[in-house]
Amino acid sequence: MESIQIFFDTIVTRQDLIVERAIEHLYLSFLAIAIAVLISVPLGIYISRKRKMAEFYIGITAVFQTIPSLALFGFLVPILGIGTLTALVALIIYALLPILRNTYTGIIEVDEGIIEAGEGMGMTPRQILLKIQLPLSLPFMMAGIRTATVLTVGVVTLATFVGAGGLGDVIWRGLQSWNNSLVLAGAIPVALMALFFDFVLKLLEKRVTPKGIKS
Amino acid sequence: MITFNNVTKTFEDGTVAVDDISFTVKKGNLVTLIGPSGCGKTTTMKMINKLISITSGTISINGNDISEQESVELRRNIGYVIQRIGLLPHMTIEENVSLVPKLKGWKKADYQKKVDELLDMVGLDPQVYKNRYPLELSGGQQQRIGVIRALAGEPPIILMDEPFSALDPISRQQLQDELKLLQKSINKTIVFVTHDMDEALKIADEIVVMKGGSIQQIATPTELIQNPINEFVRSFIGEDRAKRVTKKREELHASTIMEPLVPEQVTGDVPNLSYHSSLQDVARVMLTKETETIIINGEDGKPIGVISHQRLLQELAGIRAGGAQGGIHSNLF
Ligand SMILES: Nc1ncnc2c1ncn2[C@@H]1O[C@H](COP(=O)(O)OP(=O)(O)OP(=O)(O)O)[C@@H](O)[C@H]1O
Ligand SMILES: [Mg+2]
Repeated sequence: MESIQIFFDTIVTRQDLIVERAIEHLYLSFLAIAIAVLISVPLGIYISRKRKMAEFYIGITAVFQTIPSLALFGFLVPILGIGTLTALVALIIYALLPILRNTYTGIIEVDEGIIEAGEGMGMTPRQILLKIQLPLSLPFMMAGIRTATVLTVGVVTLATFVGAGGLGDVIWRGLQSWNNSLVLAGAIPVALMALFFDFVLKLLEKRVTPKGIKS
Repeated sequence: MITFNNVTKTFEDGTVAVDDISFTVKKGNLVTLIGPSGCGKTTTMKMINKLISITSGTISINGNDISEQESVELRRNIGYVIQRIGLLPHMTIEENVSLVPKLKGWKKADYQKKVDELLDMVGLDPQVYKNRYPLELSGGQQQRIGVIRALAGEPPIILMDEPFSALDPISRQQLQDELKLLQKSINKTIVFVTHDMDEALKIADEIVVMKGGSIQQIATPTELIQNPINEFVRSFIGEDRAKRVTKKREELHASTIMEPLVPEQVTGDVPNLSYHSSLQDVARVMLTKETETIIINGEDGKPIGVISHQRLLQELAGIRAGGAQGGIHSNLF
C-alpha cells in the first residue's frame, strides 16, 4: 500500500518534469514517424516498379534494423554530435523498414489479374496506381506504420542518452537515484502510449480497408 | 478488321509462344481461337491490345498498324474480358462496369443507364446487384460482370479470353446466345478464345485452330467439320462431334445468318420473325409474302437484324457472304 502512495506522491511532485518529457517523447515519435512515412511510402511505390532493385533497398533498411538500437545511437554521436537531430536520425532509420516493406508488399501483392484488367481497359499507369494499387495496399501500409509507431515510441526512451530528452530521461533519473517510483513514472506512460497508438492505428487500419475486401 | 501479318512472339526466356501467324478477322465477325492449353491463344489475343509486345511482324486494325497507336487510347476502344475475370474488388459492380465509360468521359446519366441495361441483359437485377462488391457475387455472376464491363464502353472490337469458362452449362449457353445475337445485331468484331470445340462451333463465324504457337487451320465451322486439314484438327474436333454438327445444319436459326439492321433500308410493310425461327420459316414467309427482306426480332420483340433474300440463298447454297460485311457502327475506328 505504502509503495503505491509513494508512487502517486512522486507523480504529483514530479508532475512538471513528467509532463514536459512526455510531450518531448510524443514530439520525437511523431516527427520521426512522419519523416519515415514521407521517405518510405514514395520509396516503396518507386521500388514496386523496379522489382529487381527492390530487394536491394529493402535489404539496406533491414541491415539498419538489425543494429541494436542503443548501438545505433552510439554510432551516430561521433558523426552528428549530441542532440535532437541525432535521436531523430536514429529513430527514422529504425522506422523505415516496416513501412517500406509493407508498402512494397502491399503494392506487389495486388492480384496481377486486377492490374491486367485495369491496363486492358485503358487506364494509365498513374490511374492504376491511384485507383487500384494504392487503395488496395492501404491496409498493408497502415499496418507497417502501426508497427513502426509502436517500435518508435519504445526506442525514443533511449533518446535521453544523446541528450534529446523524452520519458527515457525520467526513467534514467529514477535509475540513477534508486527511485523505483520515478522509474515507473517514466515507464508506465511509455507503455500506455504504445498501447494507445496501437489501438488507434488499428482502428484506422480498419477504416481504410476498402469495403469490398473486408471479410 | 484486324489483320495479323507474320506475327511472332518470343518471351525473354526464349519461349516461342506465337510462331509466325497470319490471319484476318473481318469487321463484324466473331473469330474463335482454339487449341490445347499453352498453344498461345492468350498471347495472340493480348498482342491485339498491346498488353504483350510483338517480337516481329505487324498487327493492324482497319489498316492502321497498332505499333503506331497510343496504347491507352487503343485499349479504350477494345473491350477486354480477361481469363482471370479481374474485377476490382474495392469497387461496386456499378463502378466496375462504368469504368471505361468514365475513362472515356461519358456523362453520369449515360453510363448509369448503360450499367442497368447491361445488368439486365445478363439477367442480374440492377437494383440488387449494382451496389454489391465483386466478392459478394458467385463465380459465374462475376464472370458475367467481366463480360458486360468489356461491353460498357461500346467498343467496336471485343477480346474475350475464355469468358464463359466458370459458368454452368445452362448460363453458358444462354450467354453464348446473347453474345451471338449482340454481335450480329450491333456488328461487333469479336476475338474469342476458348478450348471448348462445341462453344467454338456454335458461336464462331470463323475458327482459328492453333497448336504449339502456330495456326493449323482457319475455317468456318462447317468447313472445319467437313474438311479438317490434318490429323490434329480431326482429333481435336472428334468423330461424333463431326456427325452431330453436320446434322444440325437443318436446325440453323434466323439469328445465325441475319445482318445488322439499318433502319432506313427497311421501308414499308416488312414481315417480322423471331430470332429463333428456322431458316425454313424464313424462306416460307419470304415466299408467301413475296418480300425481299425480313426483319428479325430479339427476345423482347424489338427488331435486331434483317435477312435478305440474297443472304438466305447464299446460306442455303453454302456460299459465304463476300464483301457484305461492315456497315453501321464502323466509324468508331
Ligand atoms: N510472360 C511469359 N514468359 C514466358 N513464357 C510465357 C509467358 N506467358 C506465357 N508464356 C508461355 O507461352 C505459351 C503460350 O501461353 P498462352 O498463355 O498464350 O497459352 P494459352 O493458349 O492461352 O493457354 P491456356 O489455354 O492454358 O490459357 C505457354 O507455353 C506459356 O508457358
Ligand atoms: Mg490462355
